[in-house]
Amino acid sequence: MADLQPDNPYAPDRFPDPNKHVEFPEEAKKRFDWILTRYPTKEAALLPTLHLAQEVWGWISPEVVHYVGNLLDLSPATVFGVVSFYNMYNQKPVGKYHLQVCTNLSCMVTRAYDIYDHLCEKLSVHPGGTTKDGLYTVVEVECLGSCGTAPVVQVNNDYHESMDVVKMDALLEILK
Amino acid sequence: MEQIKVLLANIDKPDSTSIDTYMAGGGYEDARKALTTMKPDEVTQLVKDSELRGRGGAGFPTGNKWSFVPKNAPKPTWLLCNADESEPGTFKDRLIIEKDPHLLIEGMIIAAFAIGSNPMSYIYIRGEFYYGATVLDKALDEARAKGFLGKNIFGSGFDFDITVHRGAGAYICGEETGLIESVEGHRGQPRVKPPFPAVIGVFGGPTVVQNVETLACVPLIVRNGAEWFKSFGTPKNTGPKLYCVSGNVKKPGVYEFPMGITIKELIYDHCGGITGDRKLKAVIPGGASAPMLTPDEIDIPLNFDALMKAGSMLGSAGIIVLDESVCIVDAVWRLAKFFAHESCGQCTPCREGTNWLESVLDRIERGEGRPQDADLLLDMSENIGGKSLCALGDAAIGPVISSVRKFRDEYLHHVEHKSCLPGTTRYRRLDMPVAAH
Ligand SMILES: Cc1cc2nc3c(=O)[nH]c(=O)nc-3n(C[C@H](O)[C@H](O)[C@H](O)COP(=O)(O)O)c2cc1C
Ligand code: SF4
Ligand code: FES
Repeated sequence: MADLQPDNPYAPDRFPDPNKHVEFPEEAKKRFDWILTRYPTKEAALLPTLHLAQEVWGWISPEVVHYVGNLLDLSPATVFGVVSFYNMYNQKPVGKYHLQVCTNLSCMVTRAYDIYDHLCEKLSVHPGGTTKDGLYTVVEVECLGSCGTAPVVQVNNDYHESMDVVKMDALLEILK
Repeated sequence: MEQIKVLLANIDKPDSTSIDTYMAGGGYEDARKALTTMKPDEVTQLVKDSELRGRGGAGFPTGNKWSFVPKNAPKPTWLLCNADESEPGTFKDRLIIEKDPHLLIEGMIIAAFAIGSNPMSYIYIRGEFYYGATVLDKALDEARAKGFLGKNIFGSGFDFDITVHRGAGAYICGEETGLIESVEGHRGQPRVKPPFPAVIGVFGGPTVVQNVETLACVPLIVRNGAEWFKSFGTPKNTGPKLYCVSGNVKKPGVYEFPMGITIKELIYDHCGGITGDRKLKAVIPGGASAPMLTPDEIDIPLNFDALMKAGSMLGSAGIIVLDESVCIVDAVWRLAKFFAHESCGQCTPCREGTNWLESVLDRIERGEGRPQDADLLLDMSENIGGKSLCALGDAAIGPVISSVRKFRDEYLHHVEHKSCLPGTTRYRRLDMPVAAH
């Protein structure tokens, strides 16, 4: 659920900015046209189109909600209803590196919370927060389907398996 | 029992994902055989005879499911592959997807032929499996280039294609009607049944939803026959099976055995036993939803019926092993938090109840529990189970009820002494803020 913090772009007083023009770049437009050919209804293209939008802009802003709604003949409310239902659509900008620590049971008993707590402290962020330099966002996520190599940290699209605090620090050195 | 390599026969081959490797091992010959020499009903009958049961959780007989699809429905029929794999403790489908994608694709071609699926089909893969989605996309391109997907496959007149549809982070989309909603571009909120998906599913047409591992069995059944498939396991619990073992074991991973290896054998003979040679405390045999078993209950076969009889379930065969050092209240709290997060919010007992379970477990763990809390947990569970729309409500109470019944002393210890049982660990720090759902 979206929190209603003042910096939340979806707070009730935050309307899309009509001066902010969003439009897919050419490559993405081609991809979008291809997506449309794969489904019998336009609405069914919503999830892949949102993934595409997130690839382009990094998050789904209110302007993007309107844009995607226009592309697919859906109301902004319908699009936002979907955006907010699914975990992976970022409703706020995230850092360059999205550090997603699985803390579900198999990861927990192999000490995932050590990694998570360490990240929050070392980077001085609250859960779900982003560092001031915009480099890292730290979140706790549910099972990533990789429990045999627990604990697992997903960084953007990549899985880092069999992690611990030392390996996490080494990884942070690379992710700059 | 000896480990086997049947479903996993290809995964160790170099370049196992390429179509050339797959075809060198006889790949796509089974689809050719089915499409060019068999009638759809014969394929369905063969799968029925094999007694293959769904590997996604419910264990429903696959051939029966296919035979429920009406023949002359007014709308097109659809096959959907369930690659959502979000049940905590489960990581077997990912292995097939990332290492042997063509086995899945071939299984889908045969299944689609049997049920008369429309020329398009979807693999619903959880959004986090980004790499898996790229592997599948590449494999689908290869199969299209060879003419195994597209128009008039193998000259049989059957048209069929597959699109990878990525989910976006919602466990409930693994539930088949939630999955259908999600393919249609909606929030993944399960539908009321009936109508069952086999009659009205995605885009209003008859729909068969099938797990990745289930579909991967299909080419092998066409190749080797139903009797061969039944030679693994026991009647009604047949076939090679992938078991995911995780938690406090020395050698976690995916293991393949004939259906019905015992939990004890699997943990001690094949997974190297418990980490640090500690004592076993509990085993969750079928993913987070499955009620836990205690060490004196683990000498039973890992199959659908034996686990059902023991009051648990095989589910997705995600076996989570917890050793004596784990605080059971903390462990159950973590699962309760998961279900509270993943409840789709549609029905009150599940939406509210899962949150209450989480907060009562949390207060017990924090030493703020009340003497009646153990019974309160059971009472709340009874008001969720069977009273919600989909099986997530029932899943959420599995770990709670079983742990309260089997580890009541440990719950009471928390209440009385305001601390965990000596010798057990709480893994999270209570002073860290917990993110809201
Ligand atoms: C809450 C919930 C989550 C589920 N998640 C999955 C899943 O991630 N993968 C899966 O294959 N089946 C999952 N299932 C089971 C599906 O509803 C369905 O039974 C299954 O996909 C049917 O395929 P099968 O017969 O091949 O097992 C889930 C069920 C429920 C109630
Ligand atoms: S039981 Fe829970 S997850 Fe299932 S439909 Fe109801 S609220 Fe949604
Ligand atoms: S519990 Fe962390 S990947 Fe499954």
